[in-house]
Amino acid sequence: MSTDEARPRDAKVGRPPGLVVVLGVLGLAFFAVPFLGLLGRVPWSDLPELWSSDVVVDALRLSLVASVSSTLIALLLGLPLAWLLARVDFPGRSLVRGVVTLPLVLPPVVGGAALLFALGRRGLIGEPLNQATGLVLPFSTWGVIIATTFVAMPFLVITVEAALRNLDRRYEGAAAALGAKRWTVMRRVTIPMIAPSLVAGLVLTWARAFGEFGATITFAGNLQGRTQTLPLAVFVALESDRATAVAISLIMVIVSLAVLVGLRDRWWKAL
Amino acid sequence: MNGSGLSAHFTLRRSDGFELRLDLEIPAGVTVALLGPNGAGKSTAVAAIAGLLPIDSGSITLDDVVLDDPDRGVFVPAEDRQVGVVFQDYLLFPHLTVLENVAFGLRSRHVGREEAAARAREWISRVGLDDLAARRPGKLSGGQAQRVALARALATDPRMLLLDEPLSALDVTTRSELRHDLANHLTVFEGPRLLITHDPTEAFLLADQIHVIENGQVTQTGSADEIRLRPRTRYAADLVGSNLLMGTARGGVVDIDGRALHLPDQAVDGPVLLTIHPTAISIHQLPPEGSPRNSWETTIDRVELLGSRARVRTSAPLPLTVEVTEEARSALNLEPGSHVWVAFKATEVTVQPDAGS
Repeated sequence: MSTDEARPRDAKVGRPPGLVVVLGVLGLAFFAVPFLGLLGRVPWSDLPELWSSDVVVDALRLSLVASVSSTLIALLLGLPLAWLLARVDFPGRSLVRGVVTLPLVLPPVVGGAALLFALGRRGLIGEPLNQATGLVLPFSTWGVIIATTFVAMPFLVITVEAALRNLDRRYEGAAAALGAKRWTVMRRVTIPMIAPSLVAGLVLTWARAFGEFGATITFAGNLQGRTQTLPLAVFVALESDRATAVAISLIMVIVSLAVLVGLRDRWWKAL
Repeated sequence: MNGSGLSAHFTLRRSDGFELRLDLEIPAGVTVALLGPNGAGKSTAVAAIAGLLPIDSGSITLDDVVLDDPDRGVFVPAEDRQVGVVFQDYLLFPHLTVLENVAFGLRSRHVGREEAAARAREWISRVGLDDLAARRPGKLSGGQAQRVALARALATDPRMLLLDEPLSALDVTTRSELRHDLANHLTVFEGPRLLITHDPTEAFLLADQIHVIENGQVTQTGSADEIRLRPRTRYAADLVGSNLLMGTARGGVVDIDGRALHLPDQAVDGPVLLTIHPTAISIHQLPPEGSPRNSWETTIDRVELLGSRARVRTSAPLPLTVEVTEEARSALNLEPGSHVWVAFKATEVTVQPDAGS
């Protein structure tokens, strides 16, 4: 008897309020409508030809190289940085944390300019580097990788730092008591236990690097085949060749969506 | 230095200001319990002996090897101590299978993959979990997780065994069953064993010697009986206040040393642990009339005053601790040597199945 009475009330509990549904759908429309606009302009029959043009192939190759390289550099440098921020109580830690997250809030153009002042041919580090090795970073593919890493790495650092802080450190103690040295503890316990957050951080980093525009164009310029990534190619094409711009945009949407949706189901439970 | 065992005499100040002072001697083959309330410093003691927290003064020595001695500048890190630990909440690695968890210590000590797996399987089998080797800890019951934790700690062939609240995460039925298993594993383990617990039953049944610890200090040391009979602090008195008896029930009656005790449930059969709270027992100068089914004549052994209450210890046939008000004690003129009758209702007896007998 009581279950019969309880059922309709249970159904009511599970149902979202009408206002939430309306606003939520409106929020979705806010994201979806621009993509529909883009899809409406796609020159479907010309796509194969547009996608195989030199400009597009060069930009796609460069974008993939730069975004994957940035992600690997972020892993190599960002993971230890996150570890230090989470585990070592050093003076000025909050300042360091602020500096690390600065690229998230600064306009990328400012980041690009800062990189130019530091690593440019006349820059603080760029000049001695150039004199010593002849290396010129701006307007090179390395420049693109540096610019995208600068903008994207904070995503990895903050995600991983949060995960390390939330990790129950007693597990690491248990591993040590079982005879595991520090590197073994990190390799077999710490990193596997934060793996979902680490992967989420890597995906966010990759996505941010793949879409990077402002810092890249400021620091690395816009040279086809060398520094012109997909976003830069879209920017150029919008001025002269709308069909190409739409075709490139479509590539970016497809690649990004494939990566985000593909990884989300497996790994993003942490976020 | 006389041979094998743990010798720990140290002071440890935690960063939050808490200070733990501990003096422990555990010979090989002996189980010592550290019995105390939450926050007494029990887990800090585990961390110090396991090498997860450095001590501030004193020393810890295991089998004549100095593990920690700040005066001599010696600190052996946790990974080199060979102390097997069953942690509170077990701390099984959630991303590894049962087999990988148990093999973890061996792999960390550079035992080859196949040999480590074989030895881990042997331990998994010894704790009776052969079917679960491929499972992850998230899919284990509390009792199964406890067995895996024990197998994981023992698989590395440690010099001593530390058990931090090994049974407290379990429900009552599982607990008594696993207590029995644990007792067997402890007997087989040859090194010193330290059991950390807040449960007097656990300490009494598993340990040869008990240290009562309160607020970072050991307040009493002795055998289970010594602590039961002569609690020295209020905490210890409350802790061991309940009368704990063991026997075998038949049709709701337990025979303990020739005396029949009636239980609240007539369907109980087999080995049982009985607890009777001291305030549930009444004392009379004449044979009591009416309902209490458990009643006999005895002599008062000791009387202990605890403020407005008095603890009365009766002797044969069945020693009991009885708690009465100080008023009642003086009204009945209860003193060592007085002949009295004790009585309690069958419904006042708490019965637990005891898989240990």
